Amino acid sequence: MRLIIPLAITFVSGMIMVLHFFVPHWPINIMGDNLQEWFMIVTAAAIFLGALNLMHVHFRKIKLKLKNWKYSPVTIIGFMAMFVAGLIYGVTSARPFDFMFMNMVAPMGSTMFSLLAFFVASAAFRAFRASNWRATLLLTSAFIVMLGQVPIGAMIWDKIPLAKVWLMTFPNTAGQRAVMIGAAMGVVSTSLRMIFGIERSYLGGTE
Amino acid sequence: MNWEILGIWLGAALTLCLYSFLYRDNPFYKFAEHLFVGMSAGYWVIYSIENILKPNWWQQMFPEGGGFNWIWIIPGVFGLFMLARIIPKISGLSRMAIGMMIGTGAGLNMVSFFQTNAMAQVKGTIISVSSGGVWTIFSNTLLVVGVITGLVYFFFSKAHTGIVGKTANVGITILMVAFGASFGYTIMARISLLIGRCQFLIFDWIPTIPRLLGIGG
Repeated sequence: MRLIIPLAITFVSGMIMVLHFFVPHWPINIMGDNLQEWFMIVTAAAIFLGALNLMHVHFRKIKLKLKNWKYSPVTIIGFMAMFVAGLIYGVTSARPFDFMFMNMVAPMGSTMFSLLAFFVASAAFRAFRASNWRATLLLTSAFIVMLGQVPIGAMIWDKIPLAKVWLMTFPNTAGQRAVMIGAAMGVVSTSLRMIFGIERSYLGGTE
Repeated sequence: MNWEILGIWLGAALTLCLYSFLYRDNPFYKFAEHLFVGMSAGYWVIYSIENILKPNWWQQMFPEGGGFNWIWIIPGVFGLFMLARIIPKISGLSRMAIGMMIGTGAGLNMVSFFQTNAMAQVKGTIISVSSGGVWTIFSNTLLVVGVITGLVYFFFSKAHTGIVGKTANVGITILMVAFGASFGYTIMARISLLIGRCQFLIFDWIPTIPRLLGIGG
């Protein structure tokens, strides 16, 4: 029963969503619309679960004095500050939650992503070593796109931005389309396996 | 207290703490990293309450005009089942919530992915390869050939030998150009974020230093 009920729920909810697409009439349309909203609600609960787990991990780190435990209070205080500020003062502008988001979370987020510029650059150095003609092709196309993005590209040769647009519009679209169509087929087959209970690893193990 | 200057200083201090990682891993970076994780988690929890739970659950269960929609107890129960994961004795209940999420997600994605990522892309590839100028014909042909040969490359049910292998080789060549272009584009996106942070430090933060020290304007 521990396995059959979750699998039955997966099958019923999956079939409702598929039918909702092909038969958008009563009662399937009501069921499908409701299920989509229920999905969001359960997803929100999953976010709560993630936050609770984060707190559990850091309290445990402090309790057992594990590696880097001294930083765990920072995570806990950061979480509590946002949570309490949002809950008590609300999320409208010029409130503590908004202040902390605009001046702390958003700058840290963009700094974290901008840090990747340095690591991507070092990865590019390794990847772009022209070891064979296809790697040279990758190097050339990346170089043209990068050069076409900045004013110096047009200053070197006014056709470079046009070459960048062509690369992005034709070869890049062709490659991305092949990947997207392949991925879509993968999603369809994996979804069918999940709905029909063939793929069960999401329930934990293969029992 | 000038909240604007405090905000700028907080943003600048945390930015510098994170950039200190470029030298090497250090306590300042670890502090900012842990703070970012905690605050982001707090942000997403509040975001879920304000943008999902309040409008999509609470206000549906207790509508403004009064009354009580009992049907909305069901997603609440599923939500509680999800949270049961943290209590070992009843953690099995979370499988039902996961089953509901996976089933709905699979059903929803199956049709939407097939529509947008497969059918729409195939439709977009059915273009004329005989009209327009020489350059247009060449570009359109490259697009069509690129998609077909790229798909052949991803088709693993047949060994890549003979004509299939040759077609797959053309596919991998076009894929390399595509990956190069995507990679270059990604690098530039990161660089633009870096420029944004540098502009913040130079044009927003540095001018506040003399003001704070009482020098100049």
